[in-house]
Amino acid sequence: MRRKKMKNNTQTLTLPQGQTTWKFLLSEMKPKGKFLTPFNLISIPVMLLGLVLIVIRFWKGIGSITNLTQDTPWGLWIGFDVVTGVAFAGGAYVITFMVYILNLNKYHSIVRVTVLNGFLAYVFYAGALLLDLGRPWHVINPVIGNSFGTSSVLFLVAWHFLLYMLAELIEFSPAIAEWLGAKRARKILSGMTLAAVIFGITLSTLHQSGLGALFLMAKGKIHPLWYSEFIPIMFFVSSTFAGLSMVIFEGSISHRVFSDQISEKNHKAQHGIINGLTKICAGAMFAYFFLQLLVFIHEQHWALLGTGMGKWYLVEMLGFVLFPMVLFIISYRTFNIPLARIAAVLTMLGVILNRLNVSVIGFKWDMAIRYIPSWMEFIVTLAVIFTEIWIFRWVINRMPVLRDSPSWVNKEV
Amino acid sequence: MGIKRRSFLKLLGVTGITLAIGDSARAATSDSENDVEFTGILYDSTRCVGCRTCEYECATAHKLPEPSEKIPPVRKTDETCNTVVNTFQTDKGEVFIKRQCMHCNEPACAAACLTKAMHKTKSGPVTWDGDKCMGCRYCMVSCPFDSPKFEYHSANPKIQKCDMCAERMKTEKSPACVFNCPNDALLYGKRRDLIREARRRIYEKPELYYDHIYGEHEAGGTGWLYLSPVPFEQLGMNTSLQQSSYPELTKGFLYSVPSVFVLVPTLLLGIHQATKNNHLNHEEEEDEK
Repeated sequence: MRRKKMKNNTQTLTLPQGQTTWKFLLSEMKPKGKFLTPFNLISIPVMLLGLVLIVIRFWKGIGSITNLTQDTPWGLWIGFDVVTGVAFAGGAYVITFMVYILNLNKYHSIVRVTVLNGFLAYVFYAGALLLDLGRPWHVINPVIGNSFGTSSVLFLVAWHFLLYMLAELIEFSPAIAEWLGAKRARKILSGMTLAAVIFGITLSTLHQSGLGALFLMAKGKIHPLWYSEFIPIMFFVSSTFAGLSMVIFEGSISHRVFSDQISEKNHKAQHGIINGLTKICAGAMFAYFFLQLLVFIHEQHWALLGTGMGKWYLVEMLGFVLFPMVLFIISYRTFNIPLARIAAVLTMLGVILNRLNVSVIGFKWDMAIRYIPSWMEFIVTLAVIFTEIWIFRWVINRMPVLRDSPSWVNKEV
Repeated sequence: MGIKRRSFLKLLGVTGITLAIGDSARAATSDSENDVEFTGILYDSTRCVGCRTCEYECATAHKLPEPSEKIPPVRKTDETCNTVVNTFQTDKGEVFIKRQCMHCNEPACAAACLTKAMHKTKSGPVTWDGDKCMGCRYCMVSCPFDSPKFEYHSANPKIQKCDMCAERMKTEKSPACVFNCPNDALLYGKRRDLIREARRRIYEKPELYYDHIYGEHEAGGTGWLYLSPVPFEQLGMNTSLQQSSYPELTKGFLYSVPSVFVLVPTLLLGIHQATKNNHLNHEEEEDEK
């Protein structure tokens, strides 16, 4: 889809140094930078192995490489790749909300990288979903034809994934236009940004909560400490700080790995940005913790705390929500950026725990034989993540995402 | 400014479409028992002798492998068998219980299905359509009885479950299990008549039956109805199911969708307009527009 867009753009512009479109694109396809980096050495074998496993999966069926059973139809691929991955992609709608709706220009320099991150997350997690579908050749059915299952939450989520990818592509498209030097296309595309942002935030509100609403009908199958009618609200609220923690985490790595791309000004601004985000994270986490507490008291779950699952619940709530929240507050007050990074990582672990507790660990928690993902499921998940990082790196090295836009952009305004 | 007006109009269009879709969502789940009369099957455990004829006939009718002779007393249905007859030792002696898809009045699986592959037919059976199903298994996650089963070891996997012999019913008068039951433990008919019949049996022989028709209200009412000599939890049946239907649980969320689509964009546009002046105060900072 992105490819098509590039081609459309190129027709309306003059390319740098008079190259033809194809030559330019081909030259950009080539890898840049050193090849034998530690990341490459780890990721390439995993991606190749993942590819082999995917071939086996489509040849012999899902059961050949996963431990899924009739009782636990959704495992790691849905619980982590899709449900958790989308929560981490939530940074895009929060940051675009802050920059385009609240007009907080301080955060403008991280919009593009966050949107790119979000877009790729959706593309790859929707891609991972295809691996988990038993009959993926019918994936187009809810979009076309007479098969609109409008009473299904999953129908809503599927449509929102599709539309939101489109919205994020539009939000990101000015960067593609700048890469190709497409001046007129850039003007048209950036004119669509606000509409795409408003549409995107609305979609995110609904599908972040929609992912939680998927589990509403599994009443009685999910451990009562994680099941309540408020799952959709919990998922929505936690997606804000999940996304922002991801922004802090990713930003800290990007500033190290791609430091040559980042201007002096943006480099200096980064600490201020992180500090601002820690405050928002802490606030959102407080709201989330309070909501969880209300539900816990309202449902009168005191007796469950003594059980093993109850202790596990306390680990999640105290160790990975309350504790990182306190760390965020301390780091904000003392302007302690390393501490903010630690808090972000803990928060992300907490979100992983929460999503897995709802979708996998707490699902059929009382079964005698529990589902434990096979090593092959982990490899495929890792392969998906690595592929995403490869594409991310490819884009960062070519398009003005972290670096400033080309000079013609500002002249034009 | 022109862009703003245009984007506003776009949003209006989107909200309109959503409202329309929202309405059809409401219509799709309203097929409750009050609108149509479903057929169902009454299973009377006191008449069942545990011969498992239904298992064999079901396998033949659905071209599934023949059930094995030697079996443990308690089994679950799976992708190779749509029904099992389990044996329980209770205070009233050995009691048999047949298990299969319950064919709910308002099935969670059908509400969960985003392609309408799982479908409650007008006459009562819940059927599966392989031309629509994408294999997401959300029906399995949602079903309170864990009825749909998935072929994990196939490259072209199907969902297997009792379909009340929907195919056979085009030519025959009753499903394979009912037709072949040697001891009249199964009775096929209109659901309302079956409930009346079940009540009559309990009323006439109160010492024989436990005073409850399983399936009359469970999960909002099911097509299969059960009579038993002992409380149903002794037979491995889930007695903690809610009385209202399971799709009811997601209705609140789905109904909120149209209002979110109307209110949130309006609110966002409003905030954007209100904070726009932040831009003017910081002219020197670079800007997208």
